[in-house]
Amino acid sequence: MTSAAGTVDRPSLTDRSVGAMRTVARNNAWTLGLLGFLVVLLVFTKVVNSNYGLSSLQGTATSVLPLALAAVAQAVIVIAGGIDLSISSQMALISCVAATMMKTYPGEDVAVAIVLLALLLGLVLGAVNGALIVLTRVPDIVVTLSTYFIWAGFALLVRPAPGGSAAEWLKDLVVGSLGTDLLPKAAIVLIVIVAAIWIPLSRSRLGLSLYAIGSNRLAAFRSGVPVDRTKFLSYVIGGLIAAFAGLSLTASTGIGTPVPEPTYTLISIAAVVLGGVSLAGGIGGVFGPIVAVVVLQLIRDDMTFMRVNPNFGLVAQGFILIGVLVFGSLIEMRRSRS
Amino acid sequence: MTATTGAFGDGWLRAATWRNLFRDNPLIPLTILLVLLVIVVELARPGTVNTGWAAFTIRQAAVLAILAGCQTLTMLTGGIDLSVGYVASMAGFVTATFVHQPGGWVLGMTVALGVAALAGLINGIGVGVFRVHPLIMTLGMGLVVYGFSNVWQLQNVQTGSGVPEELRWLGTGLTADIIPNNLLVFIPIAVILILLLRRTGYGRMLYAIGDNPVAARLSGVRSWQVIVVLYTISAVLAAIAGLLQSGLSNTASVTLVTPYLLPSVAAAVIGGTSILGGRGGYSGTIVGALILTVLAGFLSIILPEPWRQIVFGSIVVLVAAAYTRVTAES
Repeated sequence: MTSAAGTVDRPSLTDRSVGAMRTVARNNAWTLGLLGFLVVLLVFTKVVNSNYGLSSLQGTATSVLPLALAAVAQAVIVIAGGIDLSISSQMALISCVAATMMKTYPGEDVAVAIVLLALLLGLVLGAVNGALIVLTRVPDIVVTLSTYFIWAGFALLVRPAPGGSAAEWLKDLVVGSLGTDLLPKAAIVLIVIVAAIWIPLSRSRLGLSLYAIGSNRLAAFRSGVPVDRTKFLSYVIGGLIAAFAGLSLTASTGIGTPVPEPTYTLISIAAVVLGGVSLAGGIGGVFGPIVAVVVLQLIRDDMTFMRVNPNFGLVAQGFILIGVLVFGSLIEMRRSRS
Repeated sequence: MTATTGAFGDGWLRAATWRNLFRDNPLIPLTILLVLLVIVVELARPGTVNTGWAAFTIRQAAVLAILAGCQTLTMLTGGIDLSVGYVASMAGFVTATFVHQPGGWVLGMTVALGVAALAGLINGIGVGVFRVHPLIMTLGMGLVVYGFSNVWQLQNVQTGSGVPEELRWLGTGLTADIIPNNLLVFIPIAVILILLLRRTGYGRMLYAIGDNPVAARLSGVRSWQVIVVLYTISAVLAAIAGLLQSGLSNTASVTLVTPYLLPSVAAAVIGGTSILGGRGGYSGTIVGALILTVLAGFLSIILPEPWRQIVFGSIVVLVAAAYTRVTAES
């Protein structure tokens, strides 16, 4: 066996790579399907709007950035078996703090410190959510529902009315493109932030623990995963990403708006689910949710361009959400039956 | 024998006894909390608590309690209904647009209730048959209903709308200056819901599904039928709450009731219904709705808006934490 068949037994290089590709495709079937849908949608966009070109990608990227970051934050928390309803008020609070401080202490250099401070605030907000959930044992949905009100209240304290300002370099970071139209700055910012947080995380012990407590809390506990600490950290990481989302709001609008857009929470949850993350926890990644946010935004843009009553855009988003989920669960049911 | 008596004798001093009492009768601590809250209101602003105040509070709490009823029923099965805000607003709005049309508000109300039932049916089919997570299913359906309400609004800009006289009487009116007329609707609903949960097989099936879906299925409960009916009931209840609210505020808009969505979940949670399913009841929810209404009214008098939200959120999480501690299996 070992002597003669050494070369025969080992699959050839192409065979192996095909096999690997097949595994990747099977593991990411949902995300790949979603990507296919995105391509179809982009073609459709080009058909209905012949002006939609590479330069329009910039606009799409800029408008998608806050939501995409919110969806990534939500994804990290949902993977660990939680859910964060307070995400939109977190974004509002951080955006207001940043915009107000940049107005009070103008200067491009000071703004760097303010951005760091805002990120720290995000960590703190996430830590409060996580600590409340772990210490009180109240279900995540109830705790974050309460903190939704609390963060929104603080945002109103900081900024009773929309206003403030943003540093030029911050605004410059999300508008326009880098050299060619193919590289919208907002998309690069998104990729850099997500890659810097998610890639090290998913390869670390903590990343594995997030999936472990999300898929089976008891089994994770019995295998020695520090369940409470992992849960807490999932909210801290979520808070950090939500802080980036809030800062991107300030960057793209130039101001801070105290009243949170509840749709950010709702759409972040919708995007997470559309992106193949199971609300029960333990399944999915962050790439799918980002694609889902782009899909949802493109649908809305197309509707606007086609002069469809924009409210039908909402109807369409709702129906697509429901339709995709029903489709997904049909596949799941068929698979489990066979 | 003597040992037993002795244990019973000093048992009332032990914390565990109190804990069991509170766990089995969540109404007791909740009512105490409500009374304390009313006392605080009266102490902070002497003269606030009178019959007019009570009528005003109950009128508003009834609407919240019906919405919280939707959450109670769905939460018992481990679900949630996030479409209630949009469905309720839609019902009030659609009814108002029919006022100047042939058929009048009666036709409008029939259409509104029909649309609500349809939305609930789709919710139920999604959750029960296709096993879509209730959170996301009802959220998507809420967006659909909201979108359609907006479309309907644009089409009816010219015709004009108004809240029908009868709804205003029902929503705002007081009988003998004390008793809110909307109790005419609320009390039957409350009685039916409490009896439904306590006395009927359907109610027991709701608890069973929430407690252990697999065990429920294995013992012959056709879960999907129960759930389809459940979400339809929930949407119709939401529509009724929306009609009352439009009568109460004498306006109708497509977002009239949406601010009550999160409080409706909070009221059910404070009332002792577990969001994980299988435990809770409607009587606690009613007291929860009363507590939240008194609290919100009180905070709006003494605090500016930002602090109001902060205190409101803190109290909800504190009460929920106290609850979890008391009811935790030890």
